[in-house]
Order: sequence, then C-alpha cells, then structure tokens
Amino acid sequence: MAATETSSSSNPSLFYRLFFDKELRSVTIQVITMALIFAFFFFIVNNAITNLEAIGKGYSFSFLWDASNYDINQTLIEYNSRSPHWRAAVVGLINTLLVAVAGIILSTIVGFLLGVLRLSSNWLINRVVYVYIEYVRNVPVLLHILLVHGIVVNTLPIPKNAMMAFDGTLFLTNRGFYTPKPLFEPAMWAVLIAFVIGVGFTIWFKGYAKKVQDATGKIYPVLWISLGAILLFPIIVFFLAGVPLTLEYPELKGFNFKGGLVLRPEFVALWLALSLYTAAFIAEIVRAGIQAISHGQTEAAFALGIKPSRTMSLVIIPQALRVIIPPLSSQYLNITKNSSLAIAIGYMDIVATIGGISLNQTGREMECMTIVLAIYLAFSLMISAFMNWYNKRMKLVER
Amino acid sequence: MKLFKTLAVSAAVALASTSGAATAGTLQDVQARGELNCVVTTGVAGFAAPDDAGRWAGFDVDFCRATAAAVLGDGNKVKFIPTTGKTRFTVLNSGEGDLLYRNTTITMSRDADLKLTFLGVNYYDGQGFMVPKALGVTSAKELDGASICIQTGTTTELNLADYFRANNMSYEPVAIETNEEGQVNYLAGRCDVYTTDASGLASTRGTFDNPNAHIILPEIISKEPLGPAVRQGDDQWADVTRWVLNVLIAAEEAGLTQGNVAGHAAKAGSNVDINRMVGTEGDFGSMIGLDKQWAVRAISAVGNYGEIFERNIGVNTGLGLARGLNAQWTNGGILYSPPVR
Ligand SMILES: N[C@@H](CCC(=O)N[C@@H](CS)C(=O)NCC(=O)O)C(=O)O
Repeated sequence: MAATETSSSSNPSLFYRLFFDKELRSVTIQVITMALIFAFFFFIVNNAITNLEAIGKGYSFSFLWDASNYDINQTLIEYNSRSPHWRAAVVGLINTLLVAVAGIILSTIVGFLLGVLRLSSNWLINRVVYVYIEYVRNVPVLLHILLVHGIVVNTLPIPKNAMMAFDGTLFLTNRGFYTPKPLFEPAMWAVLIAFVIGVGFTIWFKGYAKKVQDATGKIYPVLWISLGAILLFPIIVFFLAGVPLTLEYPELKGFNFKGGLVLRPEFVALWLALSLYTAAFIAEIVRAGIQAISHGQTEAAFALGIKPSRTMSLVIIPQALRVIIPPLSSQYLNITKNSSLAIAIGYMDIVATIGGISLNQTGREMECMTIVLAIYLAFSLMISAFMNWYNKRMKLVER
Repeated sequence: MKLFKTLAVSAAVALASTSGAATAGTLQDVQARGELNCVVTTGVAGFAAPDDAGRWAGFDVDFCRATAAAVLGDGNKVKFIPTTGKTRFTVLNSGEGDLLYRNTTITMSRDADLKLTFLGVNYYDGQGFMVPKALGVTSAKELDGASICIQTGTTTELNLADYFRANNMSYEPVAIETNEEGQVNYLAGRCDVYTTDASGLASTRGTFDNPNAHIILPEIISKEPLGPAVRQGDDQWADVTRWVLNVLIAAEEAGLTQGNVAGHAAKAGSNVDINRMVGTEGDFGSMIGLDKQWAVRAISAVGNYGEIFERNIGVNTGLGLARGLNAQWTNGGILYSPPVR
C-alpha cells in the first residue's frame, strides 16, 4: 500500500497513465482482474477452512482407509462392506467409466446412423429421424433416464416369470438382463496370441500395401486381408485349440438368478438413456459435417475417375471428420459428465459411492467432493487431450 | 487511493463477517424471523407428510409445531424442509434448518463427528424387513440371495451389511433415495424386501392399496433410537428444544393434556409437577430464554406425547403402532423424561 502511494504521488503521470493510456490500461485491468480472482478464491477457501475449524472438523483423507460398512450391487472388482472407502471409490469410478465408455460407443454408432439417415432423400425416413432428434434433444436427459428405468422395472417380469429368449441364453427380468458368462480355459492364451499376431501383421501389411501402391499403382484389398488376419485367424486358432471356453449359464435359484452376466436395470436405463440422448446431438453434428463438404468436391473426384466408394472414403469422410470431431469430443465429455445423474436411479457410480454414501456416512463433505471433482476434471482433460491429438492428426496439411 | 482503501476495508469486513464469526443465537434468529425452519422427511405417512390439503402433518411434524408454539406462540409458524437421508445433516449444519425431526437415529458418530447435538429420543425403534406375503418367507434368516431396497445415507444400509455378513448370507442392495422411491421399486418387484425402521415399514405398508398382502418379519436387527437434533455449539437453543421434547413427555406422565392445560394454567393446583410446567410455580421458561407460558403453548398446540402418538401413528391409525417401548416408564415402557424442576 505504502509503496503504491509514494510512487503514485511522486509520479502522478504514471498513475494517470495506468488508467488512461490505452496500452497500459489493458494491463492494469488484467492485473486487477487477476488480483480479484485470487482474492475471491482465497476468500472462499479461507472461509471454508475457518468454518470447518469453527465446528471442529479438520480436512483429512485418513477416513479413506476405514471400513466402508456398506455394500454395492455392481462391483467389477472384489469389494464388500469390510473394504475401505477408497475401494468403494474405485468401484464407483469403474462403474462410471463403464457406463461412459459403453455410452460413447453406442451413441456414436446410433448418432452416425441417424445423421446419415437424416440426409436421406427418402422423405419419410428423413422426417421420422428429424422428429426423433428434435424430441430427444428437447427433453431433459434426466427424464429419459427415469423413463427407461421405469419401463424396465415396471413392465418386465420378476425373475420367477422371466422372459426367456434365444433358447435359455438370455433372460429378461426387471432385476436385469442375464446372459451366459464366458469362462476361459488356459488354451485361450493361444487365441489371444493369434489376435496379437493378426494385429501386428495388419500394421505391417498396411505399410507394405501403401509402398506397393505408391511404386506401382497396384491396390491390394487391404480391408479384407486385415479382417482375415485380425478376426478369421484367431477364430481358426480358437477351434484348433479345441474351443477353450465354457459358458456359465444363469440359473434361477431362490429369489434371483445366480451365475452368468447381468446388466442391471440401473445400468441399462442409464446407458440407453444417455446414449440415445447424446446420439441425437451427434446426428446433428454428423449431418452438419457432411453438408459442410461442398458438392463440388464429389463432382471433382468423379471427374478424376475415382469410384464413388473411394470418393466417400478418401475425399468426403476425411474432410467431414475435421468438422465433426471438435463438437463430437464435447459430446463425449457431456456423456461422461451426465453419467453422474446415475444417482437418480441408484446406479452406483463415483458420485453415488464416494460422493454419496461415503460422504454421508463419514461427514467428510469437503474431502469427498474434492475427490469427485478431481476425477471428473481428469476425465474431461483426458478426453480433450485425446481429441486434440486426434484432431491435429486429421487436420488438413497445408502447404 | 480512496477507492483502494474502500475496497480493502470492504474486503476485510466481508472476510471477517462470513468466516464463522459468532452470530446471534438460533433462538433470537428464529424469533426475529418469526418462523421455525424444521427439517423433516420427504414424506413418511404418519411421521411427516403433507396431508390432502397440503398441510404438513405427522408425529415428527407435531414436535416441530410444539417447538414453534413455545418459541413463537404459534404452532403454524413452521417452514418444513423436506430432506432425504443424505441431505438432512447438511441442511441442518449449513444453517438452512434450525431443528431436525426426521426419523433420525442417534449414533455416536453423528453426535461427535457430524457435529450434531441430539436432544433426546422421541421414538424407540429398530430395523425390520417387509416382504410380500406371496414369497412365503417367515424369517429374515431365509433372505439369502434376495434383492433388498434400502435408503442410502441411513443407518439402515450399515445395519443390513452387518446383519447379512454376520449370518453368512448374500443380498443385492438396491440403493434408493426416498421412501417414495422405495415403495415404487418394492411394489414393482425390483426388490423382494424393503428394509428400514419398523415404524417406517408400518407407515409404508399403511399406504399400500392392499396392506395385508405384505408382512413385516419378526426379526428386529438393530436399535434405532430416533430423536431430534440441532447444530452443535448453541447451548441455549439446544436447551429450548430439548425441554420442549421433555415437557411433552412429562406432561403425559403428569396427566396434563391439550384439553385441560388451559385450566391448570389459570390457577395453581395441588400438583406441583404440573404447576411448574404450566408456570404457576417458579419461572422455568426464563431459564431457557422464554416466558412462563412456554409449555402451555406447546401442549395446547398439539397435546402431550401420548396424544401426539395416538393421533398420528397409534393403534387407531393406518400405521397401527402399539406404544410398546414407547409407553411411559410407569406403564411398562422406557419413555422417561427428566423432571421439570
Ligand atoms: N433411522 C435411520 C433411517 C431413517 C430413514 O431414512 N427412514 C426412512 C423410512 S422411516 C425415512 O424417513 N424416509 C423418509 C424419506 O424418504 O424422505 C437413520 O436415521 O439413518
């Protein structure tokens, strides 16, 4: 304070210039803004710490090593009520990742499909897709989640009257969808190794084919050969190894089905609702991306004698992707963040476990919320980073 | 420079005023506001739920009203804040609520670690199980492998985990937020069993179209002393609210009712216990910052403990709960209020 005062009084023109000189003013404003932002955060953090101390609560993560004392229904790793809170957090994290990744995959497939259909010259298809997209986009995603959950829980039968499909390999109930679970035998390793070899071969072959094409103009059917190496080869090995896989069938025992794989209604509801909702946005992005490529490009490619299928894959799609990817990545972020609505139907994601039950049973609001925030931030940054990298790769190389 | 000084001073003032500097007591806050903010459930018929006219009614609600009557002179000057099992303590601790009456079990960690002050017990309860009769289950020991609906953020989920572990049984927990959601999932068959405090089960079953199609299993797997709480650190407010609860229980023991309290208050009688409560002897109200009529107003508003019980959850209501443990100690129960003296 004192320093500012002396300098401003000894050199009034500088003080004047700080506020009225065009260049200096912008610096001054930035400095002041930053200072205010810092002051604001300092104030908030300080306030929280003071208030926590006032009621005698510290800020400590040691509770993470205490037994959680609660059970979780969907656990992809070993977990029970004697496990510590941090393990409950990991269970929740995996559940979040599961629904986010599954959602990203399904929404991308459905979204691209809808986006292409939306451009169909068939009036009916075009309109039906249009209505679907507009309806889905304009209803909050929470309602979609509750709706799907309500449908699954209220319309499907209880386990005793399960709907059976595909000759006992799929059971539909309001407690979940049950399918046989593959149990691998040791010889499954051979299949895995075959798959790795297949992938390695494909990578090499792609390079080789490109070289040959550059040198001689000869085009190999790369797609078919790759598919053969990656899929057919492991399948052949799988049968040669004597089908090293047994299926564990779900069986009705007492109250519920035991064994097999289960997709719980909470997962199904969250997954379908998030995917179908986000697919509507992706469809619009895809439509815009394709429409952004002027028709002249197609005509030019045809004029050069390029086949329609190659025009699509070599001219249109690479350019359309450049338009599609940035907004697409923000949709992926949305899916991940929206998955926190899980709590509305009791899907045990990261918010429901560490940010919900653990928080509530231990009273460590600040600590639990810090963890949840850090995790979502990390997700978002990771998805952005990946998408930026991909975007850079897809960018037009300008000469 | 004036501007800078002003800014600095105002920032310092803001910092000092918000960072936990002691405010006036809750009693003064409530009286200044003219309304009591009472933290209740999102809806448990008989305990706290809006009635057909949208007016909150129930056992817990009446204790809130009694407190408002004692403090503000009117049992209707209450704002009810519905909370889930998870949000209730945050709402109280953040200062949004003044008093919590929400089927809440007193536990050591809630008292000491969550920084609440419990005022006493207004309902002695325990955790039970409800199943559809059609399942043919007669004991909780037969529930191995069942899907069970539980409210998160409760002692219920902790007891359940312990009980199944101790008995070497497995179950699928179906986590829900509110009683309403629990009912919907249970009736749809998403879970085989609904578990919560036995009183909550009676309440839930009472609202079913066909209550007789469901039974409550005989096992009670925990102690759930349900009681009101306030924020830790305001002793005067804790005294006020604690003694409103106590005096309602003591009134029943002494035979002081909604009907006769005005008569007793008009003129000192021969029963000194009653005289002290109605303010014709001594000045107990002033000890907690209220006037002599504090208890008279509370009892006139909602009646004594027994009247509150019978009106909301007793044998003649849809819940049909017997007094059981909640009878006066003179009557075979364990309800026992410290004396007003
Ligand atoms: N007493 C237990 C359980 C309390 C609880 O959540 N009870 C249920 C059923 S009685 C309830 O009040 N639900 C109210 C709501 O859903 O808002 C506790 O304090 O944790």
